[in-house]
Amino acid sequence: MTTTTDYERNMILSSQEYNVVGTRPIRHDGADKVTGRALYGADFDTAGLLHGKVLRSPHAHANIVSIDTSAAEALPGVMAVVTFADFPQVSDGTVDFGEEITTVHDLQSNILARHKVLYKGHAVAAVAATNAHIAEEAVKLIDVEYETLPSVMTVQDAMVDGAPILHESMRTNELGATVDDKPSNVAQHFQHVKGDIDAGFGEADVIVEREFNTVTVHQGYIEPHAASAFWNTDGRLHIWCSTQGAFPARDATAEVLRLPVSQVRVTPMEIGGGFGGKIPVYLEPVAAMLSKKSGRAVKLVMSRADVFEASGPTCGSNMKVKIGAKHDGTITAMQSYLAFEAGAYAGSPVGAGAQCVFAAYDVENAVIDGYDVVVNKPKTAAYRAPGAPNAAFACEQAVDELAIKLGMDPIDLRLKNASVEGTRRPDGTVFPRIGCVEVLEAMKNHPHYSAPLGENQGRGVAIGYWFNVGFESAVNIAVNADGTITLVEGSTDIGGSRASIAMQAAEVLGIPAESVRPSVVDTDSVGFTAVTGGSRTTYATGWAAYDAAMDVKQKMIERAATIWDVDVDSIEMENGVLQSASDPELNMSFSDLAAQMGGTGGPIVGTASRNAGGMGVGGGSFAGNIVDVEVDPATGKTEVARFTVVQDAGKAIHPSYVEGQMQGGSVQGIGWALNEEYYMTDDGTMANSTLLDYRMPTSLDLPMIDTVIVEVPSDHPFGVRGVGEANIVPPTPAIANAIHSATNIRMERLPMSPVAIMEETWKQS
Amino acid sequence: MHWIDFTSPHSVREAVELLNDANGSARVLAGGTDLLVQLRGGRFDDVNLVVDGKNIPELNEITYDPEGGLTLGAAVPCYRIYGNAAISRAYPGLIDSASLIGGTQIQGRASFGGNLCNSTPSGDSIPAMIAHSAVANIEGPDGHRHVAVEDFCTGPGSNVLGRGEMLVSISFPAPTSGFGANYMRFIPRNEMDIAVAGAGTSVVLDGDTIKSARVALAAVAPTPLYVSAIGDAIAGKPANDDTLAEAGQMAKDAATPITDMRGTIEYRKHLCDVLTRRSLQIAIDRAKENA
Amino acid sequence: MPGKTYVQTRINGEPVDFLAEPRQSLLECLRDVIGLTGSKEGCNDGNCGACTVEMDGRIVTSCLVLGVEAEGSDITTIEGIAEGSELHPVQQAFLENAALQCGICTPGFIVATKALLDHNPDPTEHEIRFWLANNLCRCTGYDKIVRAVQDAASRMQEASA
Repeated sequence: MTTTTDYERNMILSSQEYNVVGTRPIRHDGADKVTGRALYGADFDTAGLLHGKVLRSPHAHANIVSIDTSAAEALPGVMAVVTFADFPQVSDGTVDFGEEITTVHDLQSNILARHKVLYKGHAVAAVAATNAHIAEEAVKLIDVEYETLPSVMTVQDAMVDGAPILHESMRTNELGATVDDKPSNVAQHFQHVKGDIDAGFGEADVIVEREFNTVTVHQGYIEPHAASAFWNTDGRLHIWCSTQGAFPARDATAEVLRLPVSQVRVTPMEIGGGFGGKIPVYLEPVAAMLSKKSGRAVKLVMSRADVFEASGPTCGSNMKVKIGAKHDGTITAMQSYLAFEAGAYAGSPVGAGAQCVFAAYDVENAVIDGYDVVVNKPKTAAYRAPGAPNAAFACEQAVDELAIKLGMDPIDLRLKNASVEGTRRPDGTVFPRIGCVEVLEAMKNHPHYSAPLGENQGRGVAIGYWFNVGFESAVNIAVNADGTITLVEGSTDIGGSRASIAMQAAEVLGIPAESVRPSVVDTDSVGFTAVTGGSRTTYATGWAAYDAAMDVKQKMIERAATIWDVDVDSIEMENGVLQSASDPELNMSFSDLAAQMGGTGGPIVGTASRNAGGMGVGGGSFAGNIVDVEVDPATGKTEVARFTVVQDAGKAIHPSYVEGQMQGGSVQGIGWALNEEYYMTDDGTMANSTLLDYRMPTSLDLPMIDTVIVEVPSDHPFGVRGVGEANIVPPTPAIANAIHSATNIRMERLPMSPVAIMEETWKQS
Repeated sequence: MHWIDFTSPHSVREAVELLNDANGSARVLAGGTDLLVQLRGGRFDDVNLVVDGKNIPELNEITYDPEGGLTLGAAVPCYRIYGNAAISRAYPGLIDSASLIGGTQIQGRASFGGNLCNSTPSGDSIPAMIAHSAVANIEGPDGHRHVAVEDFCTGPGSNVLGRGEMLVSISFPAPTSGFGANYMRFIPRNEMDIAVAGAGTSVVLDGDTIKSARVALAAVAPTPLYVSAIGDAIAGKPANDDTLAEAGQMAKDAATPITDMRGTIEYRKHLCDVLTRRSLQIAIDRAKENA
Repeated sequence: MPGKTYVQTRINGEPVDFLAEPRQSLLECLRDVIGLTGSKEGCNDGNCGACTVEMDGRIVTSCLVLGVEAEGSDITTIEGIAEGSELHPVQQAFLENAALQCGICTPGFIVATKALLDHNPDPTEHEIRFWLANNLCRCTGYDKIVRAVQDAASRMQEASA
């Protein structure tokens, strides 16, 4: 491997230049993070802190007959034990986490099982003790009597008549109504229809049709979940946790404990990765109840096995795709069947998968059927473009096969049918301006696409889509007398968003990025801000920062007008300089004015709040891959030899962190494609719940990940499109297509591990 | 983790006494990279004493002379093995294993002695030691004894060590001219994995003819598997593809793997063939350089 | 139940003594007993590398060392990498190359990288990737980490030239 190349490894196809936006300053929280000073979830400490441990179900499906906690309570050092019986009856409402909505009942019984455990790892009870080892010994002393039940692990098994039923009260919502009053594991079946699918296939000269299966995978963040709580004598609850959204965590905790939100304050600690998995709450209400019972602050930290078995991975799925096209490459019909695992409670990402599956294609006739199916596995949570990678694995391989059958270049086939502004998707959404064509063209023009291949190598391409979300954000800015600003926001910073938000304010005010001091604060200190998720933060919180900075700018102009005694409208502020239009002598810098604030009217502050809209804001983001693999014919092992990711960022605020998102999402996709899986035994146990056997890519498994940032502006003031997610969508099909190119084997299942590839090879010979 | 006591004896005799008194409720700590994980995982809930091996001189020494061979203290970590120029030249199979166990940090702690006493079928150092004709030097209440490494493990996680016995060191004969060895495993990633299957091989060449050979397999039987029949079959044959194919087929036939999260029976048997051929080829190439 | 053990060490150049239960890992002792929370726990079985510290000249995963084993040891943690208020070139290179996103793996990577460059000042890309394979990062895809290591290597070579 070498790092010197004859092409640029990180390209930006730029649309517009700015002073601060588009530069690469050092992130504001950087010094703390390279010196070990940054405090993450498990780093929290306070006087008298107790350490907790959660007892988890050893069974995948069982009734809880009884729980006896007396021996645990008697162990010296144990200060509190809780079970579901300690929690209040909750409302029939729902909790909106932004990217996912769940009922309060489901949320509460996932946090501590009520009467029944639905997966191995399901929390049953918890202990707080003077140290973690005593808590661990104590949970072993809790005697739980279970009545085990047959379990069901896949959508295919869960959907058949006579399958073990997880929830006796669950009825299928069939196209919007309950038509069969019979317990079912299918929570919902929905359908999107566009045009006339039969006519579309009738017009087709070539039809491809395949079935695909994927298995459960995990986000794999390196920091396990951690939450501490102190329930004060005044009734107020304070939580310190590692979360993607302090406000949603507050709201969910309040609902589960039946408290008004004003009684709960959440202080977000630094967060060690989330990718969607740290949107739900698991530990927070339990730590709170342990604190209430013990009168002390309590910290709960998951083990790595807990993270795998009892947080929220993303779903396994069973999918069928059928695509028809004319000889000239015009796609006439696209049909898909998507059945996704929800885990133990309803709410798989099948809805999102259905919105994304055919998003790249402007097709006249389409039908998409989606099924949300419960199985005896942990409740799924969001994982980076949830649902879209599964769908793309199916769709993009079918498109690849279609290109081969038509004898067309696979990028040309996609370009011929590409979605553009005005395209209506099968789910009804009409695209605003999008960058699908620009991404495909950048792929085609990239030197990688025409580079020669070696022995046993193959090349694949694929495109993927994520719709992006908006939601609420609030930002406060205060001007400091030294010409800097403090910026207060509620979006937890997982990957450098303090910088990308601060830079947008700096651009508006004409000051350097370094003159902004951004902080992520607790829920008592800023307005409601939704989760860091859905690729929304740089877009929506960035937009709020833009608005707050505009507010500051206006107030500085007004202040200058007062000082100079001129008309407000005669003053302009550009590049950090206030200038009177009427009198060229009247000008001063941002710093000059900041220094005089006190005596001229007091502090200058700006505030903004914004609801940036729902799903699909700005048109979302497309990402494409060109991948070269080398497959060892004797072992089936696949090496990624070269990888290029192209993505529409609208406008890259901090290009380094945009590239970082693209590279990180790509590598999660590579892991998903090649080796990651929940290996489930017959009794519903995840056999590989360690970072040894859940094989996420190491540095030695990868090449450099080349990037091309495409900039097709959105409606955001700087044109931003969130880039957090679309990049994980194309890798699994692009790698599958590359494997097909290298071996002539079409992989219809994930992971495409060495053993899986050899098994397919043997089937073929 | 449940409560444990910790003690750091300074002699083999002292350690043997502690182990003997504990009667099965003590474990020797070398690098700890397996032991601590197992203690936390509840595998050794009956163990309440950890006996540190790192202050016992014999467990931490490497001695080598070109005539008498190599003796490796049971607690010598991997990095000291591959950091030793003399071992690198004379014992290439050991270097292969030491460089691929765990990652850099694990190699700072993990030892061949610990790997052997842990006695998992997938232990990456064991086939290489067998290929190098290693002998385990054991000390116990009744004195010392020597056991060929291929006879050391008796099942998954079990071995020949009796009450009060400990592994002190492992001895390797000096290689002759025309000797070459290799260890190769198959893993889905490129580091940080447990072997799906592995092959440790050695040959002594006389020109282009195999004078003798040893082949041992990892992760395809209840213990690391020494397939002496392969050596018997290919001794006297030319070092060519046909001979390697014969060896590969015999390895495949000898393997009795299970299906688990790391691989299937069919796949592991297939890998035995591939790895044995590939590993023997490297051993042959090295033997030629050493002629 | 027997009591705790008195352990004497040097940590980040200063003598540090502490009381440890024998079952406590060095990582637990650093974080919960001594208050050095820069070393992180990601897996507690040696596979993620977030708890990497240097111990007597070798990097180890501190979750796989008992605190009581540290008796007499010289240990460097992430908190001891910078020289006073001056960042180490590895730290500076990680910042300037955007080699961190969430930052939880960063302390382990920086400690491991410093050890690499201390004994191999001019590593190849493969050597970097091999040395760092015991450190998992889930955010970056490693590209910018590898670049930061290369950048740090050139900075350090320039400084010593």
